[in-house]
Amino acid sequence: MTLLRVDGISKSFQGLRAVDEVSFEVAEGSILGVIGPNGAGKTTIFNLIAGALRPDSGRVHLAGREITGHTPHQVTAAGMTRTFQLMRPFYSMTVLENVTIAVLAGGGAKRTARTAAAELIDRVGLGRWRDAPTEGLPTAALKRLELARAVASKPRVLLLDEVLAGLVPAERAPVMELLEQLRTDDGVTLVFVEHIMAAVMRLSDSVLVLDLGRVLTTGAPEEVTRDPRVIEAYLGEDPHAHA
Amino acid sequence: MTATSAPPAPETAAGRPLPRLPWNRHLIAIAVLAVLLVPLPLILPPAQASVAVRVLIFALMSIGWNMMSGFGGMFSFGHAAYFGIGAYASAWLLVEHRVSPWIGILAGMVVAAAFAALIGFLALRYKLRGAYFALATFAFAEMLRLWATNSDFVNRAVGYHVPLRPEASWWWLQFEPSSPNYFWVALALTVVALVVSVLYLRSRAGQFTKAARDDEDAAAAVGIPVMRYKLLTMALSAAITAVAGAFYVQYFLFIDPDLAFGSSVSIQAILPAVIGGVATVWGPVIGAVVMGPLNDVTATMLRNPPAGLEFLQGRSGLDVIVYGTLLIIIVLVLPKGIYGTIRQRWFRR
Repeated sequence: MTLLRVDGISKSFQGLRAVDEVSFEVAEGSILGVIGPNGAGKTTIFNLIAGALRPDSGRVHLAGREITGHTPHQVTAAGMTRTFQLMRPFYSMTVLENVTIAVLAGGGAKRTARTAAAELIDRVGLGRWRDAPTEGLPTAALKRLELARAVASKPRVLLLDEVLAGLVPAERAPVMELLEQLRTDDGVTLVFVEHIMAAVMRLSDSVLVLDLGRVLTTGAPEEVTRDPRVIEAYLGEDPHAHA
Repeated sequence: MTATSAPPAPETAAGRPLPRLPWNRHLIAIAVLAVLLVPLPLILPPAQASVAVRVLIFALMSIGWNMMSGFGGMFSFGHAAYFGIGAYASAWLLVEHRVSPWIGILAGMVVAAAFAALIGFLALRYKLRGAYFALATFAFAEMLRLWATNSDFVNRAVGYHVPLRPEASWWWLQFEPSSPNYFWVALALTVVALVVSVLYLRSRAGQFTKAARDDEDAAAAVGIPVMRYKLLTMALSAAITAVAGAFYVQYFLFIDPDLAFGSSVSIQAILPAVIGGVATVWGPVIGAVVMGPLNDVTATMLRNPPAGLEFLQGRSGLDVIVYGTLLIIIVLVLPKGIYGTIRQRWFRR
């Protein structure tokens, strides 16, 4: 079943077409990887479907309901939550307070919100930072916090904007495991923008390749990465050569 | 985070108790303080008792300001608007319609809250931030001042005198000038405002407001309707400051456009919180305790300057100079205010 359907959305900034008639569908419980060179429009697409920007044309449906032009909190309430490429914690608060607020915003009861948040914090491996102020946390911890906060709002679709960027390889593995768990245990559908090809290859059921605001191609990760157009536009070289 | 402050903790927090929330401690502290302060007007000489009432008025104004500008992160330079609405609403109802000041206080709160929500909606709708937001709030307060100065509806520049009653009356909130009742009423209003602010901070709405202050987009992304909570915070903030205005009229028995809506009133709402600690529960109260007596000292010095300072006789503006100097010192030495800095240094949070 298609959970998220995007039909021909476009967005121009002062005449520059940043996103041009992009369409794709994401089936419930699947993982879609979004790749493309810098400036391909990946983050803009997130902003358009998550409500931060209003598309010039096109439609977005979530679980059969149209959410085009909804404000960000309405999109989240409808079941789709996004993370930010640059981590954006509530800086005056501790990790626990950050996640508690997200639990409350997701409709959690006030009495149990802190316990639920603490459990979630353990689950994303942030336990040792639980009571620390977010100011001064290392990048890896902030990335996990961003993820924990998004998961706390109980989304059906999670839009992840480069959750692995800035992590050293040793830190990436547990995050990738967590993302797989979210899909298998919680049934969350994931759409993630990522530059780290190993992660894209490992996690994605299908891959959407963007270039200059358009869909270059879409398909299974293996197919897509063999496509000469993709190699030319983005990969620059055959990723299988070193595999 | 340094290695020293992070002992070899386990990777998980499972089983570790959750940190205690500060709300109950705040509520207990408010109750204790309230009880301790009740006998104060019976101990103090009358002149000092009136300073104490002034302190409470400052505190009340600033508790309101702090809610919107401290916890809400929307810097208001126009809280005179709400103070003045509270003052004028209760004075107008009392003088023109013989309505009890208690009802006048409520009416002032409602009108101020509605006006704040309107200003807030316009300012947020057009995405005013930071200094531009502050200027917009200032402009609305000035607008009200000019309106009051030029409108027959509220007696133009003359304002209102509260008619003196032959005998003391709780219903008309009028007692002998030296009566301790004024202090007790102001204390009760301030305590209620403090309790309301603690309960608000503890509530879902208060938590969402702080999240929206820290990062509006991130707050929206977890599903918080940012606009709704910002307007709610502004309305509550305005209502509290309006109470201060309404009480001011009943205590000083007089109001005019400058006393109600002048920019110095806005500054008086800001300073206690800045001196005591912005975005802290106790900051406005502590700042008011510093500012109230200072206000009195400068006024006395202008009336009867000490030897060597005779040139001050009859001049005005000394209070502004003292406030300005104090503000500079506070910002340099205690950047988070008296309470904010102490809390940070001694309690590490």
